[in-house]
Amino acid sequence: MTTIKRAKGFWLSISLSLIFFAIIQVLIGGGSLNPFYQNTLMFIGINIILAASLHLIIGITGQFSIGHAGFLAVGAYASAVMTMKLNMPFTLALVVGGLAAALAGLIIGIPSLRLKGDYLAIATLGFGEIVRIMLLNIDYVGGASGMQVSHLTTWPWVFASVLITIIVIRNFTSSTHGRACISIREDETAADSMGINTTYYKVVAFAIGAFFAGIAGALYAHNFYIIQPSNFGFLKSFDILILVVLGGLGSLSGAVLAAILLTVITTFLQDYPETRMIIYSLVLIIMMIYRPQGLMGTKEITSMFKRKGGSSHENKNTAA
Amino acid sequence: MKTKTPLLKVESVGIQFGGLKAVSDVNVELYPGELVGLIGPNGAGKTTFFNLLTGVYVPTEGTISLEGEDLKKRPPYKITQKGISRTFQNIRLFSELSVIDNVKVAYHSLSKHSILSSILRMPIHFKGEKEMDEKAIEFLKIFNLDQYKDEKAKNLPYGKQRRLEIARALAANPKLLLLDEPAAGMNPQETHELMNLIALIREKFDLTVLLIEHDMPLVMGVCERIYVLDHGQLIAQGQPEEIRNNPKVIEAYLGEEVS
Repeated sequence: MTTIKRAKGFWLSISLSLIFFAIIQVLIGGGSLNPFYQNTLMFIGINIILAASLHLIIGITGQFSIGHAGFLAVGAYASAVMTMKLNMPFTLALVVGGLAAALAGLIIGIPSLRLKGDYLAIATLGFGEIVRIMLLNIDYVGGASGMQVSHLTTWPWVFASVLITIIVIRNFTSSTHGRACISIREDETAADSMGINTTYYKVVAFAIGAFFAGIAGALYAHNFYIIQPSNFGFLKSFDILILVVLGGLGSLSGAVLAAILLTVITTFLQDYPETRMIIYSLVLIIMMIYRPQGLMGTKEITSMFKRKGGSSHENKNTAA
Repeated sequence: MKTKTPLLKVESVGIQFGGLKAVSDVNVELYPGELVGLIGPNGAGKTTFFNLLTGVYVPTEGTISLEGEDLKKRPPYKITQKGISRTFQNIRLFSELSVIDNVKVAYHSLSKHSILSSILRMPIHFKGEKEMDEKAIEFLKIFNLDQYKDEKAKNLPYGKQRRLEIARALAANPKLLLLDEPAAGMNPQETHELMNLIALIREKFDLTVLLIEHDMPLVMGVCERIYVLDHGQLIAQGQPEEIRNNPKVIEAYLGEEVS
């Protein structure tokens, strides 16, 4: 019976988000949403995907990775090569972007996930920089001056990607596989002694996270007219990390909420370039003093609507 | 002494950390169904010995075999799947997970639904998760923990956390259960409950138990045989009565007599 109830909640969230999608689509089609707001919307979507994918690695599996911009870059460049150099359709470019990043995730994950805590953080930071420096030195993709990309990212693409990302990560998390990942976060030694293949699950979480970061990269690249290695420095990794920490480590809805909130704040602060970074930093400092556990703690939005006793993580409204 | 084949056979096992020999030349044989104690002063190498058995450390010498199968160089999760499960000296529960989820983690290695089936929410996923759920609830009932099933593990009182840790170790379906100081920090009432619990699980599950403990009445009361470690070496073994009167053991615990 609970399965049926849960399935109902799931379909309700899907329908609500589809309605939201349709409204925005009509607004864009009718021309009542100006390009500035449209662009903000794309950014929110891309940031949600990034936050959700890093949430799986840090919030669920507890692997402190700060090289997420590296996966973003791999996805962005791989997809840009597909559309611009090889004249492939955007759909294929998206998938290739994701797969390329997932492959990068496997290559970096298998050796470095033996490391723990600070050491892993430094290794992933190094990975991000390696990707950036490599792109800087490959003439095929334009080197430092970057690569021209046509604008192909549209609202339906962003929306579909966000929806799929959230459903996949939510479904993974609320299964025995997700529990295995959480047990690694909670206590790796104990997880090991409970028969969990910890290395395998760390790598899986890393690869899935990297895959979606790659998708985000593809959307990101095709939302600009040019991509440059300098867009993917370690500050970008920290921006994504902030989303996850601010949302609450371990909460998918928190990560999504933080992505929306911070993107909106950054966008509106662009009018005040002198004080922008000061205000942004202040928001973060105040937030961490008064709510160190993040916006949502480890809770999910749906658990607030449920009666006491519900422990499962439900799908949340994917309003992007 | 016994004609049965041993469940666990440890032959001249030792481990060296740099220049320090934490455990050396230890021989232990456990027979199916036994409840054996492992005692020794602080720093004697008892927990290190557990870590050797469970694959956390790889022994630098000697062999360990379970039912005749060599366990050397197998990763800890494989050893658990083979049938050795443990609890920890300082409780290591998955504190942010609910009580029932703690138990379900132990069932994970038996689950049959793949990651893909979970992501796509295929029928086999729901079936698998439902089976786990039912099994875990039944299991918690045995330990009187079913009323706390949705509570976070960290919110349980100390004695119940110990109980849950034992339950979780048993859920992994071990042949050999290693308990590392299960009575540490417990009041006499809780210790008494624990002794009953150990008796209960031996009866309910076909189990061999190896127990590290400092609480002598508990060890002497429940264990059939006792091994004594000191400075990483086995200094005595035998029935509780023999151990109690063994001069070497008394010396290890109380120090040498001044002559």
